[in-house]
Amino acid sequence: MKRFGALLLFPLAGLLSGCDLVVLAPAGDVAAQQRDLLVVSTLLMLIIIVPVMALTVFFAWRYRQSNAAATYAPDWDHSTKLELVIWAAPLLIIICLGALTWLGTHLLDPYRRIDRIEPGQPVTQNHKPLRVEVVALDWKWLFIYPDYGIASVNELAAPVNQPIDFRITSSAVMNSFYIPALAGQIYAMPGMETKLHAVINQAGTYSGFSANYSGAGFSGMRFAFHGMSDDAFGQWVAQTRTASAKLDRDSYLDLEKPSENEPVRHYASVDPDLYGAILNLCVERGKMCMSEMMSIDAKGGLGLAGVRNTLPLQYDKVARRGAIFGNDPSYVASICTAEEAAAVSRASREDWPTYWPAKNLSPLRGAGLLRPGTESRSAEADTPSFGLLRREL
Amino acid sequence: MPDTLTKFIFGRLSWDSLPLHEPIVVATFIAVALGGIALLGAITYFKLWTYLWREWFTSVDHKKIGIMYMVLGLVMLLRGFSDAIMMRLQQAIAFNGSEGYLNSHHYDQIFTAHGVIMIFFVAMPFVTGLMNFVVPLQIGARDVSFPFLNNFSFWMTVGGAVLVMASLFVGEFARTGWLAYPPLSGIGYSPDVGVDYYIWALQVAGVGTTLSGINLICTIIKMRAPGMTMMRMPVFTWTSLCTNVLIVASFPVLTAVLAMLSLDRYVGTNFFTNDFGGNPMMYVNLIWIWGHPEVYILILPLFGVFSEVTSTFSGKRLFGYTSMVYATVVITILSYLVWLHHFFTMGSGASVNSFFGITTMIISIPTGAKIFNWLFTMYRGRIRFELPMMWTVAFMLTFTVGGMTGVLLAVPPADFVLHNSLFLIAHFHNVIIGGVLFGLFAGIAYWWPKAFGFKLDPFWGKVSFWCWVVGFWFAFMPLYILGLMGVTRRMRVFDDPSLQIWFVIAAFGAVLIAAGIAAFLVQIFVSIRRREALTDPTGDPWDGRTLEWSTSSPPPAYNFAFTPVVRDNDAWWDMKKAGYVRPLSGFKPIHMPSNTGTGIILAGFSVTLGFAMIWYIWWLAALSFVCLIATAIGHTFNYVRDFHIPAGEVTRTEEARTSLLAAQG
Amino acid sequence: MASTATAAGTEPVFHLEEEHAHAEGSSTMLGFWLYLMSDCLIFAMLFAAYGVLGGNYAAGPAPKDLFDLNLVAVNTAMLLFSSITYGFAMLTMDKGRVAATQAWLAVTGLFGLAFLSIELYEFAHMIHEGATPQRSAFLSSFFTLVGTHGLHVTFGIIWLVTLMVQVARFGLIEANRRRLMCLSMFWHFLDVIWIGVFTFVYLMGMLR
Repeated sequence: MKRFGALLLFPLAGLLSGCDLVVLAPAGDVAAQQRDLLVVSTLLMLIIIVPVMALTVFFAWRYRQSNAAATYAPDWDHSTKLELVIWAAPLLIIICLGALTWLGTHLLDPYRRIDRIEPGQPVTQNHKPLRVEVVALDWKWLFIYPDYGIASVNELAAPVNQPIDFRITSSAVMNSFYIPALAGQIYAMPGMETKLHAVINQAGTYSGFSANYSGAGFSGMRFAFHGMSDDAFGQWVAQTRTASAKLDRDSYLDLEKPSENEPVRHYASVDPDLYGAILNLCVERGKMCMSEMMSIDAKGGLGLAGVRNTLPLQYDKVARRGAIFGNDPSYVASICTAEEAAAVSRASREDWPTYWPAKNLSPLRGAGLLRPGTESRSAEADTPSFGLLRREL
Repeated sequence: MPDTLTKFIFGRLSWDSLPLHEPIVVATFIAVALGGIALLGAITYFKLWTYLWREWFTSVDHKKIGIMYMVLGLVMLLRGFSDAIMMRLQQAIAFNGSEGYLNSHHYDQIFTAHGVIMIFFVAMPFVTGLMNFVVPLQIGARDVSFPFLNNFSFWMTVGGAVLVMASLFVGEFARTGWLAYPPLSGIGYSPDVGVDYYIWALQVAGVGTTLSGINLICTIIKMRAPGMTMMRMPVFTWTSLCTNVLIVASFPVLTAVLAMLSLDRYVGTNFFTNDFGGNPMMYVNLIWIWGHPEVYILILPLFGVFSEVTSTFSGKRLFGYTSMVYATVVITILSYLVWLHHFFTMGSGASVNSFFGITTMIISIPTGAKIFNWLFTMYRGRIRFELPMMWTVAFMLTFTVGGMTGVLLAVPPADFVLHNSLFLIAHFHNVIIGGVLFGLFAGIAYWWPKAFGFKLDPFWGKVSFWCWVVGFWFAFMPLYILGLMGVTRRMRVFDDPSLQIWFVIAAFGAVLIAAGIAAFLVQIFVSIRRREALTDPTGDPWDGRTLEWSTSSPPPAYNFAFTPVVRDNDAWWDMKKAGYVRPLSGFKPIHMPSNTGTGIILAGFSVTLGFAMIWYIWWLAALSFVCLIATAIGHTFNYVRDFHIPAGEVTRTEEARTSLLAAQG
Repeated sequence: MASTATAAGTEPVFHLEEEHAHAEGSSTMLGFWLYLMSDCLIFAMLFAAYGVLGGNYAAGPAPKDLFDLNLVAVNTAMLLFSSITYGFAMLTMDKGRVAATQAWLAVTGLFGLAFLSIELYEFAHMIHEGATPQRSAFLSSFFTLVGTHGLHVTFGIIWLVTLMVQVARFGLIEANRRRLMCLSMFWHFLDVIWIGVFTFVYLMGMLR
């Protein structure tokens, strides 16, 4: 029986070798570090899991009823030493794992700028990050490249070994932006912005998709992610610039309407304020931007004067807004001009750095740890090293 | 009829609401209708209505209510599993441009319904039923603290299940995933009745669950036999207590969150909308503040079952009773401090994520201690491998793997690559099937003879066991691998053909599990047929250790002729060792609660209210609400809710048992 | 009470010879407490929602534009008085004086009605001004939190009337006393919640 079981493993191994375990063999350094953490944690836990499983089988066999030779101690129910072991052993593993988690979570925080391209190659001034603004639409992905003024739908391209700096939002419902070969996922949420920093180390085409169910067209919400050499990327940009379509507010509102299994599209130019408007849910003209609303609210609202400052929705991207007992579908009207709103929106997201690296942001501090790139201990004497870690910025 | 009048009478219910265009649903409906007619016909033919009404539906006996909960769980398991196998089939064939056989409108309902049904209407009724049946017997009580409330709670749970089942044939169910995250579940993106069915089914069932939680806490705190201090309670009672504390401290959260979602949908408030300052992420936080304790609500009682089973079948005292109890309490408390691990990917920041990751890992310490305790209970025992023990060993081997992948997912950077993937699906099925379901099967096999007076047929039990265990590994190991291949959950079609083989293997596993379920049903059927051969007149078929085994099987309505007095946490074992002689005379009249039909009537009005609200039939909603309140008030005017079982009847019952035991020798 | 199964005193006792008197409703107080705690959690969630959304005016009115503290002070007084009078009802119940109990219960109910009327007036006024629950997330959470409390008071009054009828018909029997105790806990619980609402929503809202 045992030998038979071993024989069964061969086709399994064959199957496994034939498939692409992308999470375990990613092409991006961030995903690779996440994979390392995954593997190390697994091994750490196996230290206790394997003995438990082995003991289970052994005890079940050894103390079976038919084995009269085994000791039988019906009233033995306590042993302080054993109790110590069974609480301490998992505790020790969890202490190790907890430390690993604390470090790993901070080092691999998606909001934190990466500090290496791959093992042994730190990020330098020469690595200008590629900035990409990602919008999850129903049910396709829009990628805007603010550095190049171009955009694409359901296709993402990036040069290899160059940091990529994603800003992610969604137009309507929650999605999750995930390219397994590149880095872990992060949610795309309407009216909110999440960030992701990553780098792709090998040229190739990888698959990206939404990892959070978002409605009928969810299955088709996939895109190709191309890791390209610098030259190829340059060509891709040039080619995109030759596209006939332009992305402005009107064409965006058209694009935003729910559609499934969209083909790849390119836009030769993009309204520079569009992403800010999408993020602040105010692409529709006359609608108040979230940033504007939040700054008004922070000052105490508009009082009763503002209570009826709502306009009926002319255009609606969803099937129905408002409820049976509610008002007619409406939105809060902007009190600014479009230019003022755009300025507020720009001001609210001014923190996107234009150079790299802004400063050494490695949050790791510890008695035994030097800041990466620091030659000696005295160099960091000016920064407080209290506590193990400090949040960036 | 003018349009406005039709709208007034039927709300948004119309002929179009019936899914006549979905052949699968129509076929299901015909099958269910025929089966239903056959069942109702049989009940009528055998003139069972009065019997069912008097002895079961209106019963306040905790044992009968417990059994009814189990029946509900079993029926809903069949529904929930049909959804599962449909999903497996769809995912196994939707490759190479094939759309499979389910469109997204149907498929998205199926995975939502599968999750909702399996958690709320399979696992919860099974767990509640087991606690209801066993706890009063284990603590030497005659019934629960509030017997009427118990009946009412049960029917409210049924009411929720009725609404979910109605959604299959009238209208549709939610297409949002089982936790219905807004904005997707808001009125804008889900304007149909699906989410309303979801909300009302959970609200109706939630009332039942909360009340049943309060009831069992009171029972355990107040109704224990003399001498049974807290630290002498059987472990199953302890885990039940912790579970019910979790229920009372978490289900109101669900109620409040769903109420806010309903207000958004019905009144147009802005709790979870994108506009007007709403915050959808608050929903995600709040629902998981309920959702994570819910996971422990499901697993804790089964930890108790494994403790009882291991100790009984090893013929040995439970190792480390005290640490077992403390481990349970620690898990109970910690389960409130981990909810954020369900959405590390929301971008909460590294410190917040690590905090919740580490608290999650800390839970594995008491859980690990429990596993060790069972292990050392087996150590130096005399293990009899009857069915319950087989399930327990299978659990220990399966659950540890699930626990390990769970801790893995608690490492935030690892979660970033595995979140929402099939790896996650495999993980929670690994703990829910390997923990909750295996535990339930162990518990059913263990306490079945107590409930019915005969054992379950071991042959078919073993067939079911092997189908389930092997089927589980076949169904979910491929999902672990698919998760590592970066495949996400809730996908309907795939474009990478290399994935297909794994889905086919998983579908094969699902078929094995189907065989396991079938074998379980056959086991019940065969056991009932062979009940004479499988009979257990002693009331103590496994050489048990706790009080429930001291009374007859099935126990009399009053459970114990005399209130037992407890000296040890293995009370019955202690009594047997001390040469306890069952008293044969001196029986007194016993004070018992009377049956009432109010529970089922109230639940009926609640279902009507829910249905009317779902379909915007306002007059019916108002009417059923008024009836609900009036019936509840009317019920309080009934002051006579109890009676005494005369001493003569107790004597007759006990003498019947005496002669049965004497015949046994 | 617990006599041994056999005559010898050294033998262990394994069961009670006598039916021990399980007073009916012995767990009711504990059960009702647990219910109140679960209800408290619902309010906790609504408070939390208000805490998160309370500043999201959607460029509309803020608390200071809407609340009239004098009115709320009167309202609070109504509810606090009703608690005191309920206390008197319980004291007279202890002495077994049916008529006085009924009178105090009636006064309590009237105070409760006054509270509800003022609250409804406040709501109607706000809605008339356009500050509807739909206008902003702040108003949604405000109306829901305060309205849920009001709904509880409404049910409390229905319950109170029911109990007055039952006391009138059956007198201050054990079961009715227990029910009055439960309603008493419920009523005071609503008071405590209101203190939270008053402080957290109204007072702190004006300071915001």
